[in-house]
Amino acid sequence: MMDNKMIVEGSLRNVEGGFAFLGRLPYYRGLGLSMIEDIQITVDGETIAREDVRFTVRGKTYTLDEMETVYDNRWNFGEKALISALKPGGLGAGGHEVTFAVRYRVSYLPFVPTTKDTKELALAA
Amino acid sequence: MASAIKRGVSLYSYQNETFQGKMTLEDCIRTSAELGAKGIEIIGEQTFWGWPEYGAADADVANWHSLIGKYDCTPVSHDFMLDYKRYKGREMAFEEQVASVKNDIDFGARLGMKFIRALVSISPDVLVAAAPYAEEKGIKILIEVHAPLHFDHPWIVRHAEAYEKSGSDALGFLPDMGMFLHAYPPVWKERFLRQGAQPEIADYIEKAYQDRVLSEYVILGAMQMGANKAAISMAEALRHNSAFEPKRMLEFMPRIHNIHGKFYQMTEDCVEPSIPYDKIVEVLQKGGYQGYICSEYEGNRWIEDVEEPDSVEQVRRQQVMLAKLLGEETVPALKTPVAA
Repeated sequence: MMDNKMIVEGSLRNVEGGFAFLGRLPYYRGLGLSMIEDIQITVDGETIAREDVRFTVRGKTYTLDEMETVYDNRWNFGEKALISALKPGGLGAGGHEVTFAVRYRVSYLPFVPTTKDTKELALAA
Repeated sequence: MASAIKRGVSLYSYQNETFQGKMTLEDCIRTSAELGAKGIEIIGEQTFWGWPEYGAADADVANWHSLIGKYDCTPVSHDFMLDYKRYKGREMAFEEQVASVKNDIDFGARLGMKFIRALVSISPDVLVAAAPYAEEKGIKILIEVHAPLHFDHPWIVRHAEAYEKSGSDALGFLPDMGMFLHAYPPVWKERFLRQGAQPEIADYIEKAYQDRVLSEYVILGAMQMGANKAAISMAEALRHNSAFEPKRMLEFMPRIHNIHGKFYQMTEDCVEPSIPYDKIVEVLQKGGYQGYICSEYEGNRWIEDVEEPDSVEQVRRQQVMLAKLLGEETVPALKTPVAA
């Protein structure tokens, strides 16, 4: 659900040491951060290494490994998290194909879903 | 004569709009109230940011009470989740699960709810252990009986036996009407067709469902016809859905305190093509049910790839249907349009 609304349109931009965009959890509720198993960012066919992904909500930034033991914060329903990739020099000007995949552990499901969204995004100035 | 059954809405129904910030909590409550659906059910952690990990803000809870009062509504149920897989690699210990349920009992009481909803995978022992605390707080814990489970499934029978043995009236059931799926939902079939399912195989699956053929036979039949991935998925949906009998609720009626009015699609003439609400309401009336039927729209995920869901219109149509089935004379109508 809401799969095609994971990546927030118009949010791609270069940041210091890489690039970032806003992402939402494709779910009818939020999740505690310890239940986010993986976030994969692919840009123009290149997948960013797990250790180079950062997740930020309400001013707090985590690596994916750190998130696995965060029990006092969550990715709320519909909340736009800042999803960042460490990539020296960031992205070049123009359009980029971005895929954002999230694997999350849901207690009542007999499997661990991965949901992804791919969008053509123009780099905001 | 008007029925003792009351109408409500689970705000889950408006998820497509609330996710995008197109509807506020006030929009959701006002819209429901204007339709005469005065019972409000929520998924606590959808409606209240922070719950449960860092808690719900007092100001947000105060806003909830003020809106409930402003629109003359009644808080019905806080649907809690209990993430027993919170820790990677191990399930939450029994005592911690009970403590977590107690935390949600407190939250339900803080919101003025009468019920909290437990997901069906939670162990009966956990709920039985939390029951005395629920009694103290004036809350009933209701397990959601949801497809593929149903009232004759051994897991639900085990829950029922545990509740009886406990002697507590704080334990009960919240049936989801999706378990009475009498026809293959057209919006599901259309989605699988868009994904490339072969039309003749899709027709075969729809007809086999109508004929009540065992899911495994339908899957095999589809495979033998050369079904592609989308067509197989369409057939596999039968593993998780069935046309169970609404009258099976009768035996459990003393412990049924809330109803999820699940629907996938309301047509323009206010009919749910796959769930027999006429039979359902008949059974509930026969059983003397006096609680709420809360709309639970779940069609969004089946159509969002081709159109923006209009959850408010879908809920309106279902409320028109329910009001008619309940013998109400006034047709529910919206007064305030929600800005798209």
